[in-house]
Amino acid sequence: MKTIESKIYNGEQLARAEALRLLTEADLLVLGKLADSIRRRLHPDNLVTFVVDRNVNYTNICESKCRFCAFYRDEGAADAYLLAEENIYQKIEELVAAGGTQLLMQGGLHPGLGIEWFERLFREIKRRFPQVQNHSLSPAEITHTAGISGLSVPETIRRLNIAGLDSIPGGGAEILVDSVRREISPRKIGWEEWATVMLEGARQGLPTTATMMFGSRERPDDLVEHLFRVRRLQEEGGSFTAFIPWSYQPGNTELGGKTATGVEYLKALALSRIILDNIPNIQASWVTQGAKLAQVALFFGANDLGGTMLEENVVAATGCKFCMDMEEMLEMIHGAGFQAAQRTTLYRILQKFERKHRDGGTDIKP
Amino acid sequence: MATHASISGKVHAGERLTDDEALFLFESPDLLSIGELAALVNERRNGRRVFFNINRHINHTNICVNRCRFCAFSRTADAPGAYCLDLEEIRNRAVEAATQGATEIHIVGGLHPDLPFEFYLDLLRTVRAVSSALHIKAFTAVEIDYLAALAGLSVPETLSILREAGLGSLPGGGAEILRREVRDRLCPEKISGERWLTVMEEVHRAGLKSNATMLYGHLESHADRVDHMRRLRDLQDRTGGFQAFIPLAFQAGNNPLGHLKNPASGGVDDLKTLAIARIYLDNFANIKAYWVMLGEKIAQVSLAFGVNDLDGTVMEENIGHNAGAASPQAMGIDEIVNLIRKAGRLPVERDTLYNELKTY
Repeated sequence: MKTIESKIYNGEQLARAEALRLLTEADLLVLGKLADSIRRRLHPDNLVTFVVDRNVNYTNICESKCRFCAFYRDEGAADAYLLAEENIYQKIEELVAAGGTQLLMQGGLHPGLGIEWFERLFREIKRRFPQVQNHSLSPAEITHTAGISGLSVPETIRRLNIAGLDSIPGGGAEILVDSVRREISPRKIGWEEWATVMLEGARQGLPTTATMMFGSRERPDDLVEHLFRVRRLQEEGGSFTAFIPWSYQPGNTELGGKTATGVEYLKALALSRIILDNIPNIQASWVTQGAKLAQVALFFGANDLGGTMLEENVVAATGCKFCMDMEEMLEMIHGAGFQAAQRTTLYRILQKFERKHRDGGTDIKP
Repeated sequence: MATHASISGKVHAGERLTDDEALFLFESPDLLSIGELAALVNERRNGRRVFFNINRHINHTNICVNRCRFCAFSRTADAPGAYCLDLEEIRNRAVEAATQGATEIHIVGGLHPDLPFEFYLDLLRTVRAVSSALHIKAFTAVEIDYLAALAGLSVPETLSILREAGLGSLPGGGAEILRREVRDRLCPEKISGERWLTVMEEVHRAGLKSNATMLYGHLESHADRVDHMRRLRDLQDRTGGFQAFIPLAFQAGNNPLGHLKNPASGGVDDLKTLAIARIYLDNFANIKAYWVMLGEKIAQVSLAFGVNDLDGTVMEENIGHNAGAASPQAMGIDEIVNLIRKAGRLPVERDTLYNELKTY
């Protein structure tokens, strides 16, 4: 373990076996200290950032039917939906009114939506809301759209980009190991197709992110493999601005089971920070972990709290519902001793916030 | 002038921290270093063992003559939702708990304006009659003070009678923040901090064990917290009667003080408070993370920050939940065991007096 620690402090790369050992044998605080040292090296400014955003889930109709998902519906289901375009514009208008800068559109793999539907929608969004970053469509959706439209993935990305897609979120990565994917999401694209979309997006100049959903059926070495594959993709020209690990939420899903505990989350997060030192930002997931643990996560490798999420439907469908407004976000960050800053999707700082004084008899320092 | 290095040196040497040093740690942003020191202290005392028990809470009434500003549980007698359980109902709950393997019944309630002293004796006798294997941990120092006045007896005399009726030990509630300036704003009708300590001293002198709590994250300053812990440490030096220290995270829901929740108090403050308590309260055997108030995630993570006790299965918690606690109202044994194991620790079921019953 001492060897592993000194390798990390010297900025040397770990082998898979060493990463696995950290994950399965190291004390939580040991992992935390290692991750925190990297986080402070990469982000010496003591800032913790967040983006004001909205997730618009344009449809819940999905052919993928992943077993861990509580959000999807069959086309004929009573509560299946496809949002009307005007409804989508209305939502973006509300986002802009709330000072938001990021739109994250994500939906099911709808059998009837070809590239023209997205092109028209993205063009109109860009025309009406040029200031909003259109950070939309995970690799599974892009691959699906390409298939429906008889296009190649590069051509699909090119056309979406021209229509107004600004960057690609890293959803649908789950665990990038096909044996796990066959078990939890047998109809979804395999890990190599996920990688292909991300590398092609990067080649065309689009920023991307990467996620990891852990705590379902993977083994610890699958989780390690995921991190090493993401690391490798970044080395091969990837454009990942951030990595976002979050834990499987079993409520209302076919797969069922338990969610990962707080300790398991912090360990996975810390290991992510340690292995992925070629990705600048690690996000804590308050949506799945709640505000208390997300705040603690800032000492276990996370330097960003993701979005305020005016709207979120996919995790909420599992019954896991945490709310966050800007005020609460600032309190969380300042309460942990960091300075809060609102950022864009691409991590440009828009404004920094000063810690508020408390009235009343406290000795809390300004 | 305290520094991390000087404090670390003292902790490694097993020396007691001063108030200034505890205050320094509260003001320090270095969560993980504080956690490491607390983990070291805990490791020396408890190794990898983490305690829990199988218990049930019974809150016999929510009718209370006090109006503590932080409390979302209390009602006046005529208010909607006011209740007082009768002895039959209490018996049923105790029977249910015994059937489910509970070893402890935890009883606290409001200061009811009309119930006679005999009710409390009947309450204890009723539970006692259900099973002699059930340890009765009942009545905070605030209730003991109230019952003594009700009976027109001294505290030692009152305790002696309650004990005969079945009282086994006392919980640690009602301590809130002991310092007068905070108490005057937080719970002006409640007994003073000095009185709370006096009652606890008499409890310990009577040969009964108790716990000690601290309600934090509202109006109090860090200095108030240190003052609180110093008074507990002093009393513990004299009596040794406290079993566990239990910091309680203030719940902001459904109460007049909700808006005064200290915004700086979140998961990081929870862990720091537990860790500093472990380091500073060197004469307390156990630091307990009460998952009802903290949530299971932070309670589990706190096992790496000096905590060695996760309380119990609880079964039907009311007080924290009336104040908006988001945790479940009970936890299964397998869930507690899973949390402890996944934290890399050894789950040990204990009884109320910290005798080890079973290792999982």
